[in-house]
Order: sequence, then C-alpha cells, then structure tokens
Amino acid sequence: MPDATGLELIAQDLRDADAEAVLETLHFREQATIIVEPTKIGWVLERLRERGYSFLASVHGVDYYPEEPRLGMHYELLDMEAVDRIRVKLRVHTESPEVPSVTPEWPTADHQEREAYDMFGIVFTGHPDLRRILMPEDYEGYPQRRDFPVGGEPVLFTYNESQGADYTQ
Amino acid sequence: MSASLDVVSPGAAEQAEQFHPEPEQELLTMNFGPHHPATHGVLRLLCTLEGEVVRDLKPIIGYVHTGIEKTAEDKNYWQAIPVVERMDYLAYYFNAYAYCGAVERLLALEVPKYAQYLRVIHLELNRIKSHLVWLGTSALDLGAVSMFWYCFREREQVLDLFEMSSGARMHTRYIQVGGVADDIPPGWVDRCRTFTALMRRRADEYGALLNRNEIVLQRLRNVCIVPKERLLELGVTGPLLRAAGMPWDLRKADPYCSYEDFDFKIPVGTIGDNYDRFAVRLAEIYESCSIIDQAVDRLDDVEGGHIADDRKVALPPRHELATSMEALIHHFKLVTEGYRVPPGEAYFPIESPRGELGCFVRSDGSAKPARVHMRDPSFVNLQALADMVHGTYVADLIATLAMLDPVLGGIDR
Repeated sequence: MPDATGLELIAQDLRDADAEAVLETLHFREQATIIVEPTKIGWVLERLRERGYSFLASVHGVDYYPEEPRLGMHYELLDMEAVDRIRVKLRVHTESPEVPSVTPEWPTADHQEREAYDMFGIVFTGHPDLRRILMPEDYEGYPQRRDFPVGGEPVLFTYNESQGADYTQ
Repeated sequence: MSASLDVVSPGAAEQAEQFHPEPEQELLTMNFGPHHPATHGVLRLLCTLEGEVVRDLKPIIGYVHTGIEKTAEDKNYWQAIPVVERMDYLAYYFNAYAYCGAVERLLALEVPKYAQYLRVIHLELNRIKSHLVWLGTSALDLGAVSMFWYCFREREQVLDLFEMSSGARMHTRYIQVGGVADDIPPGWVDRCRTFTALMRRRADEYGALLNRNEIVLQRLRNVCIVPKERLLELGVTGPLLRAAGMPWDLRKADPYCSYEDFDFKIPVGTIGDNYDRFAVRLAEIYESCSIIDQAVDRLDDVEGGHIADDRKVALPPRHELATSMEALIHHFKLVTEGYRVPPGEAYFPIESPRGELGCFVRSDGSAKPARVHMRDPSFVNLQALADMVHGTYVADLIATLAMLDPVLGGIDR
C-alpha cells in the first residue's frame, strides 16, 4: 500500500494531468483509496496502469444507502512487482447509474461488472455483453441494494411456473 | 407441413454468412450441463462446435446463487462467519479467514501469534483437502476412477482432524474474529504429524500413478495453453497463473498470518498447459505438508492464546462465566447484540487453493456489516476458460475444465 504521502503524490500527479479527475483521497487502515469522477474512471485506471498497477484484482459494487450518491464502484488495483495495492472508487446516483465500462481495457472486469449490474443496477456503458449473470434473466429488481428486502419472495419451481408464479411479487 | 419448412426468410443466408464467415462444416450449438458430472457443479456451458472442435464457449452461471452476500448483511459480524464459509465449499477455512481478516482490519485488531499458527495449520490442511478433491474428481474425468477413492481416503483423514479440533467436518466455523474458536485438543499435534508424513507418501504414489500414465499425459500435455500475459489480463490467479510460469503467491509476495515465518517454495510450471496445472497443484501438497510441520513444531514456542484478549470482540473463556459478573455481561452483549465495528471499508486478500480470495467488508458503524463481497477466484478464473479451449476438441474441454478447478458454490455465492 502506498503510505499517506505516496497516495497524495499519485493523486497530485493525476490532478496535474486532469484537474477534474480526482475528487478525494482516503487513507484508512493502511489502505489507499482515490475517489474519482465516474466519467474519468477509464482514464484514471490507465494512468495507474502506467505507474505499475497493472493487475485489476477485484471490482465490486456497494450501496451506500441512505447516503447520496448511493451507488459505488470499487476497483482494487495491484502492482505485482512492488506488491502494492490501491483502490479506486467512484459514486453514482440511482437515477442515472451510468459508469463507463473498463472491460475493453481490462478483460477481467467482464464478469464482475455484470455482477454489479445484476446486483445493483449499475449500467456500464460500452460493456460488450451486459446481461444479468447470477440472477435469472427475467428477474426484476436489484437484490443487493440496501432497500431490497431479505426473504419473502416466492421460489420458482417447475410446479408453480405453470401456475404463472413470477420471481418477484 | 413440408411446404412451411421450406420457407426461408429473405436474407437469412446472408445473415448466417455474416455471423460465421465460411464455416468448413456446419456449426453446432451444444448445451453442456448444468447437471453433468464433469462440470464439477452446476455449471452450464454453451459451446459452439465445428464437428469435434470448440469454436466458441460461453459459461452460464447462477444456478446455485443463494444470496450469501445479502444474507451476511442481515447478520451480526460474528453470525456472518458460518454464512460466508458456505461460499466456496471446498475452502471454508479460507472464506472464513478472508472475512475475519477484513473485519480484523476494520477493528485494527491484533491476532496472537499462537492463533495465527493455528490458522496457518488449518488453512494448509484445508488446501491439501481441496487439492485432493480436485485431484480425485479431475482424474475421474480423465478416466482414472481409482484415483477418486484414493484421494477421498486421505481427505477423510483431514476431515477427522477438523472434527477433532472444531467438532465439525465441513463448515467448521473454527476461525473467529480475533483468533480461532478453541485450542487444539491433546493428541491433535501427533495425529497431524502422522498425517503429513502419510500424505507425502501418498502424494508420491499419486505422482507415480499419473505422471507416467500415457493416457493422462496425452490428455494433459501441450493442451490448452494460455500465455501468462493473457492470464494476467483476465485476472487469473493461483495455480493456473503459476502453471504459466508466473511465481505469484500472496503467501510469499505479501505475507499475512505469519506466513513469513515458514520456509516453503512456490511451485511454478513452464508453458502453462494442463500438465503444468496438474503438476503445480500436486507439488503444492508437499509444500503445504512442509508448512504444517514447521508450524506444528513451533506451536509450543509462540506466544499468546488461541484468541485475542479483547473482551469487546472475543468471547470470554467459559470458566470465567461462573465467577465473573463482567465476563457474563461481555458474553451476553457479544452473543445478543454483537460488537460494533468502526465505520470504514477493508479489502483483505489471501491465497486460497484457487487463487486470490479477497473479502471486501464495509462497516457503517453498526453491529452488522453493510456490505460483504467476496472476490472469488473461481468466478474470475472461469473467464479464462473460453480462451483456453478455443480451437481444441471437446475431450480437451473436459480435461481443461477439470484443471481449471472451478467451485460453483464460490462462483455463484
């Protein structure tokens, strides 16, 4: 992990190249986080790749309900040579949950962006194959959102499928 | 009837040509799975075949999606441990440890050395067990039925050890936030040593059975090679990446849980074919045995108890409940409300038998996690399957799927 100073240096370099890209930095429990403007995510990841963070370890969605903007995306980058990790984070509103897809540049994000779309309803523009991945294709709603209730939904079996039961009520 | 079949929509021929330029043979779309013994779970593969050759492949998953991440948000931090354990059902100690590690990072909680050693021993036993299941089922796919019984014979011994130390054979809930549930019982260490000695001998036998088996070698050697650059792009980690010659192992690169104390090697392959994937995992069994032996030898010398001494997080010892009012209050508060975790986010990656298993936990300051997410290695590694099998025979697809070692419980969560 870059220390607090190292993180500020990286953020400053990014700010010098594009004044609007970096919104904030956060250093918590030895983990460095850069919070970026959603539209600049592809550019930021590319700049960090040039710095050696060439492995996208994980991509995950978060719902910050009741805070606004509610939805968040996290990109865990890893530098395999310096053994260093950095997290890039962005936040979008539920009304327009659009994030540029990083799949064309980082093929590993394919399944993980589909999962975030499936679970949180974040729409990745430019994703080659944005479909639900874990939930059924005709499922309605985004189950990992915080205001989605746990339990209480009917389970679709073959016997009630013919009776017109649906996944959601 | 026959007349209606002859009607072809205008432009259909041109369309077909556009999608599949000049197929030498007619392309056939074949559905493989989800209920097929060779898919190692409920994995469905939509294959496009040209004769016997795989031209395209799309994995379809989600058949065992049980909403574990959602369920974990509805539980206290300590109640979520058995839930996350059930994701990758062959590596439950790893799931529990990734989750507990993330919570410990949020709490800034120091784990005693003794507890870390107990964790290492159980993690490595779990790695051996997971590799044994992989070896047994993979050999079964390649036609070597007897391997399955041999591997499950040794797997039973690991499960017996788990049963001795935690009371359960699978999903043991042994790893807790702050340490492990209980100290190992008397006689466990001796039994563990006996097992590692036996396991080395058995691994020799497995190697002797398979390494010179002409059928196995023909099915594995020079089959389905993907260069490491492409694997890195696809986010592949673990034995698959090491088989392609990249010595990346988080236990060595970024040691956690006292792995820096142990002397072990990282087996790597040369070209990254199926044989390397097989050989790397088999070699890892020996390294795990060596780590277990070292940890067990030093157990008497390391300091601390089996769990952290922080009464706000870890349950007080049982005997104190009868004599100490304070211990009783702590116990009551921990079991009913649970402990609160300072707000923040943590990502904790470890090296599971299948690659980088990372757990992301977000806390909003309450006693329940606001988000638990597992970066499951099987889920990410599955993306490489299409690259691996492109242009190979269906039979090689089976062998490659076996060498990929996907666990659908972890993929679907």
